[in-house]
Amino acid sequence: MASYFRRKKITFWPCGFRISGDTIVLAAVYGPKAGSKKNESPEKASIEVLWKPKSGQIGKAEREYEMILTRTLQSIFLSTIHPNTTTSVIIQVMHDDGALLPCAINAACAALVDAGIPLKSLAVAICCGITESGSIILDPTKQEEQEMPAFAYLVFPNSSLAVLPGTPPLIEGEPVEHGIITSVTHGAMSVDDYFDCLDRGRVASAKLSEFLRKNLAQSQIPNHSSKAS
Amino acid sequence: MEGKSEELEGEMEVEAYRRLFPLQFYERHLSDSVRPDARPLNKARPTSIVPAPLPSADASAMVKIGNTTMLSGIKLEIMFPSSDSPDEGCIAIDFHMPPICSPMVRPGRPAEAAPVISQQLNNVIMSSKLIDLKELSIASGKAAWMVYLEIYCLDADGALFDAALLSAVAAIAHLEIPPVCLNEEGRVVSSQGQAETNTDNNGNTNNSNTEKRKLTLGSIPFSLTCLLHKQYLLVDPTDEEESIMPSLLTVVLDTSGHLISLYKPGGPVLAYTSTTKNCVALATRRVKELEKILKEALSEMDVIEN
Repeated sequence: MASYFRRKKITFWPCGFRISGDTIVLAAVYGPKAGSKKNESPEKASIEVLWKPKSGQIGKAEREYEMILTRTLQSIFLSTIHPNTTTSVIIQVMHDDGALLPCAINAACAALVDAGIPLKSLAVAICCGITESGSIILDPTKQEEQEMPAFAYLVFPNSSLAVLPGTPPLIEGEPVEHGIITSVTHGAMSVDDYFDCLDRGRVASAKLSEFLRKNLAQSQIPNHSSKAS
Repeated sequence: MEGKSEELEGEMEVEAYRRLFPLQFYERHLSDSVRPDARPLNKARPTSIVPAPLPSADASAMVKIGNTTMLSGIKLEIMFPSSDSPDEGCIAIDFHMPPICSPMVRPGRPAEAAPVISQQLNNVIMSSKLIDLKELSIASGKAAWMVYLEIYCLDADGALFDAALLSAVAAIAHLEIPPVCLNEEGRVVSSQGQAETNTDNNGNTNNSNTEKRKLTLGSIPFSLTCLLHKQYLLVDPTDEEESIMPSLLTVVLDTSGHLISLYKPGGPVLAYTSTTKNCVALATRRVKELEKILKEALSEMDVIEN
């Protein structure tokens, strides 16, 4: 059974963020700005996502990504804090080498944290691919994604660090970080394979969430005072 | 808010209460394991398929799940196959939400949900290998069928994807490819009643028959949308339910039991393993129901034609 991570890196730039393995996505956050979108409740803060493809016009696939990303971020976003405001998240794809949507979700999360937007938890996104032989590969490249019969994009909340001693309460017999925020699959797989993917995705997301936490904590210390204004 | 609403409850009319405190209204029903439309939580709305409503299309179907109505039609065109796959045809799926389908869609402003469902349908139909694209070939490298599958939402009342997929599948299952062949000048001509000349011109007779043929379908995908709210799991939500409780989970299974898609785009409620397993079990049951409904509709279609 093969499972590996490509080397990941979060780079903090003045305008946005870049999370890279070989897939590079730039995420920028503007807001909260005054006024909310039409058809949105004025009692809540809204969040909008603009997806900019690497080249060409925005198509159906990108519209779907926009919707998934918006609803994923909405689920971790505290919408009651700044009512009647909009926060824009702009996703610019720089290079796509597989697992584009998970990469964009991780980048958007990191950008929201850097912008100081209050969140319930981080969302940790991961891609699991299932090979012909039934083994599971984490974080496949573009070529692997095309060759594999099926793959799943999974998003989990990160594990919470509680101030209170003892283990955090379980929900339906599972810790909070095992709940699926978002699940998108491509290709046909057996039901058991999917649950296998979930298990492996959870283990991998725990590592990824530690990594995110560590990086975010480091980035808050040096030369970030300029953003305070 | 909670206390206030309880107080008001006694003196307010039901319809006003439903509008002012929709969530509380629903939760009162859910705690009694029933929904405002008298359905139990795990029951889908009555589903029906109207066979071949459009005589001008090559194949069509209309599906109703409760009030949600979808009309799908297929138009066939001949195209040059791409050089990457010379012996394959192509299928283009488009989902439309005209303003008449819902008060939320306004004229001149395309609905946001439409491209998303369109993409989802495309993903599911391609993933399930329902259609073998090789069957759409007329002559390798020279001509192939382009299948334009258009789905129109006539009434959007929740579980749009389920209805759209069912209507798409019904139309595809009913599709008959007209008999054509390639003549000496490289043009595609109808080969109906030209059986003799056709067999004489060897070499470019692949896939050209003298009779209409149906596509051999792989395992057929069926879907079920579940709504998650607190500890409740509502099957086949209406539009009102979807707007009040926004966590949806769509399970697509095919007739051989493979998982084609497990789609949960965000939402405030997290899906844990037990919930997900419940949704899959409910979907398995629904697949059997839908399979039966589709089979009946298809046999009805055959009766109409003959």
